[in-house]
Amino acid sequence: MSEEPEPDAPRTLPLDAWHRAHGARMVPFAGYEMPLQYEGIIAEHEWTRTHAGLFDVSHMGQLIVTGDGATEALEALLPADVSSLRPGRIRYSLLLAENGGILDDLMVSNATREGGPSAYYLVVNGATKWDDIAHLREHLPDEITLTHLEDRALLALQGPEAAHALERVMRGVTGGLGFMQATEYDFGELHLGIARSGYTGEDGFEISVAAGQAEQLAGRLCAEIEVKPAGLGARDSLRLEAGLPLYGHDLSPETDPVSAGLEFAISKARRESAGFPGAQRILELLANGAPTRRVGLALEGRMAAREGAPVFAGDTQVGRVTSGGFSPTLGDAIAMAYVDARHAADGTALETEVRGKRLPARVVPMPFVPHRYHRKGAA
Amino acid sequence: MPRYFTEDHEWIEVDGDTATIGITDYAQGQLGDIVFVEVPAVGTQLAKGKEAAVVESVKAASDVFAPVSGTVSEGNAALEDEPALVNSAPEGDGWFFKLTITDAGELDGLMDEAKYKAFVASL
Repeated sequence: MSEEPEPDAPRTLPLDAWHRAHGARMVPFAGYEMPLQYEGIIAEHEWTRTHAGLFDVSHMGQLIVTGDGATEALEALLPADVSSLRPGRIRYSLLLAENGGILDDLMVSNATREGGPSAYYLVVNGATKWDDIAHLREHLPDEITLTHLEDRALLALQGPEAAHALERVMRGVTGGLGFMQATEYDFGELHLGIARSGYTGEDGFEISVAAGQAEQLAGRLCAEIEVKPAGLGARDSLRLEAGLPLYGHDLSPETDPVSAGLEFAISKARRESAGFPGAQRILELLANGAPTRRVGLALEGRMAAREGAPVFAGDTQVGRVTSGGFSPTLGDAIAMAYVDARHAADGTALETEVRGKRLPARVVPMPFVPHRYHRKGAA
Repeated sequence: MPRYFTEDHEWIEVDGDTATIGITDYAQGQLGDIVFVEVPAVGTQLAKGKEAAVVESVKAASDVFAPVSGTVSEGNAALEDEPALVNSAPEGDGWFFKLTITDAGELDGLMDEAKYKAFVASL
């Protein structure tokens, strides 16, 4: 019923008092006291799928990498085609270890200002940010500056009505912004960084704001009729339905991008130029296929298979669930698992075991619930 | 009919040698949205303090323990289609299972409603 206590006392977020005033149940997560839920996980999940949820993701690390040569310096650490990333564009990428294992997954955007030195804005996971910073400090050349924006909060406004609500608050901001694009915006005295991205599978925005102004912004957004605060619980069930991996569960130093099904994060140009950590192993896996694959499993009924549940083909264990739970949208349990590539094809009938009971689990394509991103030209 | 409570937040209502068992309103509030309940099969022998049923919220699965020893006489079939009854009526229609009590003396160590209320207030 309760989480394992963190070894160090959890820190508070800039919006701590605001969460409590909105009836949040706070739990320790990634070293912070964070809102698990306000009204209830399912209500917040459904509200985000139909209207818009506001998530506080200020635990995540916001970093700036800047200096002449920042592009090449990042390409030495990430498999992303950073050099083709134009200002205002965002890409999903992976921080890779020398052996190609995944140290973190992240968003990188080109934040270079006209006439200024190359600058990139990175958003990394909260639980891994200190290790990421140490890794970047160790590997970035001395002439590149790494800044941790510790004095900024991050709010994610997610859902099919997110754009409608944001546009009413900040007129003109959403029109020019497609999925995976970012801009800066001055909202009165609030200097904001706004990215059209998220972790729910819905259209939405991630807004960086000075910590001291976070409460003002959260209050302003939640004043819109479409917007309600949503907690970590709904964030997890939404990302699971969207088929998006969670670092520390579905991704780890023991997993590589190919097994994880994240081949799209290794662009064509980088497959040719290589030169990213673990390139040799990863290119080999791309060519020959990975021995295990991250797959989606659809269970029958509501009983969930959670992290660690074994996956069987007949009597043989062929994999392990890395995250799973009840899907409020589908009304059934779903899971992500790593399974032997020979049993990873869509439609394969497998079983998982929960409390000594075998449950049918069918391999299905992800996302479990279709993405509804706002792609320019598609709208 | 007398109703007793455990420190694990189960309630047990006794009618002769039959008892109805569920989880308290406090427990359902702590668990959040209940999405699945696994009740014991009829005929299962349960020992006091041992796992008897499982309740799953969106977040996690939790055990429900037998407040006293006994033999399961009925599981609440309504929970199969509507596990949210545990949220809406935890101490009524959201009951988990009934059992035939083996040793009524085991009820002695349980709390009455006033004591349980004080226990919850102290948490």
